[in-house]
Amino acid sequence: MNIIVVGLSHKTATVEIREKVAFSPNQIEKPLRELIALEDIVEGIIVSTCNRVEIYATTRDIAGGISRIKRFLADHHQMSLDLLEQYLYSYHSEAAIRHVFRVASSLDSMVVGEPQILGQIKTSYGYAAEYKSSGIILNRFLHKAFSVAKRVRTETKIASSAVSVAFAAVELAKKILGDLSDKTVMLIGAGEMCELAAKHFINSGARGVMVTNRTFEKAERLAEEFKGEAVPFEEFLQHLHHADIVLSSTGAPHLIIGPKDAEDVVKRRRFKPMFFIDIAVPRDIDPKVDDVENAFLFTVDDLQEIVQANLAQRNLEAEKAEEIIEMEIGQFFKWLSSLDVTPTIVALRNKFDEIRRGELEKTISNWKNLPPEAEKRLDLLTLAIMNKLLHNPTQTLKKAGQGGRIDLYVDAMRQLFDLQPDGDVDGELELEE
Amino acid sequence: MTHLFYTLTLGLYAAATATYLACLFRTSATLTIWANRLLASGCIAHILSTVHLANQQKHLPLTNMQESLSFFSLMIVAFFLFFERKYKVTTLGSFITPVALLMLIISSALHGELRDLPPVLQSNWFWFHALLAFVSYAAFAVACGVAVIYLIQRHFLKTKHLGSLFQRLPSLETLDEISYRSLSIGFPLLTVAIISGAIWSEKAVGSYWYWDPKQTWSLITWLIYAALLHGRLTVGWRGKHAAILSIIGFIVLLITFLGMKHSISW
Repeated sequence: MNIIVVGLSHKTATVEIREKVAFSPNQIEKPLRELIALEDIVEGIIVSTCNRVEIYATTRDIAGGISRIKRFLADHHQMSLDLLEQYLYSYHSEAAIRHVFRVASSLDSMVVGEPQILGQIKTSYGYAAEYKSSGIILNRFLHKAFSVAKRVRTETKIASSAVSVAFAAVELAKKILGDLSDKTVMLIGAGEMCELAAKHFINSGARGVMVTNRTFEKAERLAEEFKGEAVPFEEFLQHLHHADIVLSSTGAPHLIIGPKDAEDVVKRRRFKPMFFIDIAVPRDIDPKVDDVENAFLFTVDDLQEIVQANLAQRNLEAEKAEEIIEMEIGQFFKWLSSLDVTPTIVALRNKFDEIRRGELEKTISNWKNLPPEAEKRLDLLTLAIMNKLLHNPTQTLKKAGQGGRIDLYVDAMRQLFDLQPDGDVDGELELEE
Repeated sequence: MTHLFYTLTLGLYAAATATYLACLFRTSATLTIWANRLLASGCIAHILSTVHLANQQKHLPLTNMQESLSFFSLMIVAFFLFFERKYKVTTLGSFITPVALLMLIISSALHGELRDLPPVLQSNWFWFHALLAFVSYAAFAVACGVAVIYLIQRHFLKTKHLGSLFQRLPSLETLDEISYRSLSIGFPLLTVAIISGAIWSEKAVGSYWYWDPKQTWSLITWLIYAALLHGRLTVGWRGKHAAILSIIGFIVLLITFLGMKHSISW
């Protein structure tokens, strides 16, 4: 049985194409049923996010399976196959396993290391499990992918640093001000970035928000949204000393906070440190504010630089992650190959024969004065019993190998008789949440 | 026995120092835990060694440079362990433990002969004075370490070089809190130490204060820390200049401790 992957992602298709090919999660049941009804397709999962649409399936016929899934995608979304095909990629066997492990570990994401993709795959798998479109192989495969992703996240620092400007600002604030739970943020002006950063600060526990704007109504509206306090723009300097974090993004053509203001404010704060973030272009806060002791000024460019450095760091960590994935592919592939019929029959015979010989030896060694002729007959007798016992299961397995869902039989056989493939895969296949 | 514990302490401090230094370059929970375990074990061995020696000599081992350095080092380690527990500041250890280790190495290299206690030291005021002095010294040592890290972090922030070292060192707020706490523990102790020293001096040689270099430098140390704490309490003084003054204070303290011999001879 082979694993195949067919799909497209932000790397191969524009957002317009991705939108057309996307599956809505509310109506996933029908396409899942259609998918596994396709000839030669045994199990299937559909993953559909805003950055990728992918189908994972098992098939006996790799080339046929892939082309049928491509046709299925085109038909389902009423697109011409010729058009769609130029955006699609497909993988099989080891390459397919590698691809899914990499996607789940967020190595294939637009922002490497972003955590959402794992949850999205888990949800997609949830649908497949609910509508029974996934079976023994994909169940194990996906659980393995989840545990690989978890390993990557804990053993590398791929997701540990901020890769958005707003989040970088929060991280930086913690490095300057420590715990944010008793800190107040002041928003000057109302840019989108400013609001986003303010939300991040509140989510990170910041206690209070003050909002000021040239249009007082706007300030009031925002203050209400953040459950904060609106301050008239003309008076904001008088309130500035209450703020530990100042986020500024006015459209003002001139500077609104100078070094003298910062100096006064810091003095009024008994020199407690202050974190100024200037998101405005042109700038709102005089660069000389950074020269004021206990005032720390960062512009959007400074934050952008931190983000870039963090991204570079992530790419370094991604290399470690690739190594982990290569190791795990080997293990999983071993399990997958063990699902073939012939090695299972051999393993089953070996197991039985081992038991037969063991028991035979025990009997013979305890039997005094046993003539050699009797010894030979005992051997033949037990062998005959074993062969008779194994006849039916062997035949059934061989027959199953020529059609039907052989993995079911093989897996059941391996579990019933405790036939382990080389390297125990089962031990680490717990689903991590 | 004393020697055994002493050697054990040296070994454990050396291992702990290496581990704490490694924590500057790698973020690892295992490394953090082991650094702390090694240092805590070293601290216990150090206490045992000190108690054993005190028991042998029938007095606190604070009577010569060898004993004093060892005790100073023990107090620094104890203070750091306390702050590490409270504020989870592993990387402060990367700055503090090398100092404690160095003091212990110098102490072990010094010649310490067994001798009878000179009569001038046989006063409870002396023990009181010496004990408090060393506890306060250790508090100031921690404050100095914190001030050094503060200046490093401040430099990173002002030059916008926010590398992995910046990420591993504590936040400015935490540093400020530890600095303030150790100063407010150290300063009253130093004050009482100086007063009890003066009383001891009166008992021993008949004069509370006679401006010998040790006393003069002690007073300078006290004035520096008094200024630092006064600024903090009145106008909330902190930041770069406070950090620099804290470092200067500790340098003056070291000069007082290492360089100035008491004119009360023993």
